[in-house]
Amino acid sequence: MLKRLLVVAAMATGLWSATAGAALDIYITEGLAGARPVAIAPFKNLGAYKPPFPVEQVVADDLRRSGKFRPLDLAEMPQQPYLAEQVNYSLWNAKGVEAVVIGTVNSSDGTNFTVTWTLLDILSAKTSTTLKDGQLTETRTKFLAEGTRVVAAKQFRQYCHLISDKVYERLTGERGAFLTRIAYVLVNHGKPNPFQLAVSDYDGFNETPLLRSKEPIMSPDWSPDGKKLAYVSFERGRSEIYIQDLYTAKRTRITNFKGINGAPKFSPDGRKLAMVLSKDGEPDLYVMDLATSALSRVAPSREIDTEPSWAPDGRSLVFSSERGGKPQIYRVELASGSVSRMTFEGEMNLGASISPDGRKLLLVNRTNGQYRIATQDLNSGAIQVLTQTQLDESPSFAPNGSMIMYSTLHNGRQSLALVSTDGRFKAVMPASSGEVRAPAWSPYLY
Amino acid sequence: MSLNALFKAGLLALGMMTLVACESTENVTDAGATTTETVAPAETGPTAAELEEQRLAELRKNHVVYFEFDKTDILPQDEEILRAHGAYLAEKSNVKVLIEGHCDERGTPEYNIALGERRANSVVNYLKGLGVSDAQLSVVSYGEEKPVDPSSNEAAWSKNRRAVLVY
Repeated sequence: MLKRLLVVAAMATGLWSATAGAALDIYITEGLAGARPVAIAPFKNLGAYKPPFPVEQVVADDLRRSGKFRPLDLAEMPQQPYLAEQVNYSLWNAKGVEAVVIGTVNSSDGTNFTVTWTLLDILSAKTSTTLKDGQLTETRTKFLAEGTRVVAAKQFRQYCHLISDKVYERLTGERGAFLTRIAYVLVNHGKPNPFQLAVSDYDGFNETPLLRSKEPIMSPDWSPDGKKLAYVSFERGRSEIYIQDLYTAKRTRITNFKGINGAPKFSPDGRKLAMVLSKDGEPDLYVMDLATSALSRVAPSREIDTEPSWAPDGRSLVFSSERGGKPQIYRVELASGSVSRMTFEGEMNLGASISPDGRKLLLVNRTNGQYRIATQDLNSGAIQVLTQTQLDESPSFAPNGSMIMYSTLHNGRQSLALVSTDGRFKAVMPASSGEVRAPAWSPYLY
Repeated sequence: MSLNALFKAGLLALGMMTLVACESTENVTDAGATTTETVAPAETGPTAAELEEQRLAELRKNHVVYFEFDKTDILPQDEEILRAHGAYLAEKSNVKVLIEGHCDERGTPEYNIALGERRANSVVNYLKGLGVSDAQLSVVSYGEEKPVDPSSNEAAWSKNRRAVLVY
């Protein structure tokens, strides 16, 4: 059963501009058996102005989507503390909750809000007896992390994502990726300019359109500093690669060769752009030095080569190729040019990228005619199919590798979908109108 | 950028400028539907130029060939269409044609761009075999980006796997 988690209308208060609501709604499609129980207690409003969003809901939603946590529903909570001294550890411990976030919100003008939060460790608080000055001291309160900040209403939700990042990092030891953005292409065939390039927060809120066009827009990719997008536009009647600065809106045409100009991908150092050009016949991989525009051809073949993606160290590319028959994933070492085949399972494998930690290959696997998102362990070669949705494609890792955004067919419309990399959490994010495709997750933005 | 600077500047929430793409590129896929105003003079009969225009109008009506799933070969039932275009183009060496390659939505967008180009090139090679010169032919692949029918079923997919000749 689909459970609607975010109710857009209820949240679009007068404090928010028209574009501030979620352009994409998130529906959970799969539960969280085995995830770690945590609680985000309702944040106490100490002022007269209602905060733009309930902090506890934004943070709980974030943590849930990682697949690693199961935030308790309000009805399951044994108490609703907002100050550390109110927390009854044994009550939470009895619920098996390992950590609780509490906090307050206050505003004297409805424009700026003071948000204060604390992450408390329930599990180790119980046993945290320490030897100090020759005496055993039992500490009942264990602050794992805390923070306070005055934030403008417009940035309120993003500050909630920052709290999620801090909580996630403290509890998992890996950096959180909730204060991140996604780029994608909206398609609305009824409109005079059916194609639109947009970015939003990772959860679909704060959508900003970047480009509208009569002709297709494809393949957005973030620069590693998060300030630019490379993409393909057909606005002049054929494919061309552009780089656009997100803050100045300055746009530069990078290629307009005869044939395909496609699949741009920034190198991890941001100095190069991998791409696909067919100027010399079949589509081949190229790497362009962005300072000099010098092009070098990589791993040429007489068959289709496409979908280059950089290894995190920038020394190799993975790509799709028909050099062995049906498309499979290959890797080319850039220094030596040596090419090795990486995938052997299924009828074809496409659209691959390497996880930020370098351990997994993310790809689109076709087996029995079904296109599914899967990961392949780079050591063991084991494949884990993560999705059971239809026509899944364009998977993109969150910068910490914990979640994957991809596009899928949902109720006959192309939609974005989210799956945690462990496969536990699954949700779809349809656009409020039309179709949405080609998601690209931003790097860390701070 | 430090976190403080990030929030102070409000960069994440910054309203970015909207560029509206150059609108000079009209969608030319339906060119066949726009050339119907050929009125023959009642007494003198059509002039050479009018006959030429009629012939081109006929070609524009039959300007799409279709492909099987994951395939790029020209199907036997489409050869007659391509022979008519080939004969015309071979005769009129100053006429140029753009061949668009398209795919259904299955498979990744980038792979479909490559597949669509192969389909368009199948048409190019067929026409070259009929004596059409390279200089008359150009190709663009739209992959799965411009379906005729956006539905997700076999009927729609078979209509979308196509190459279109645009004069």
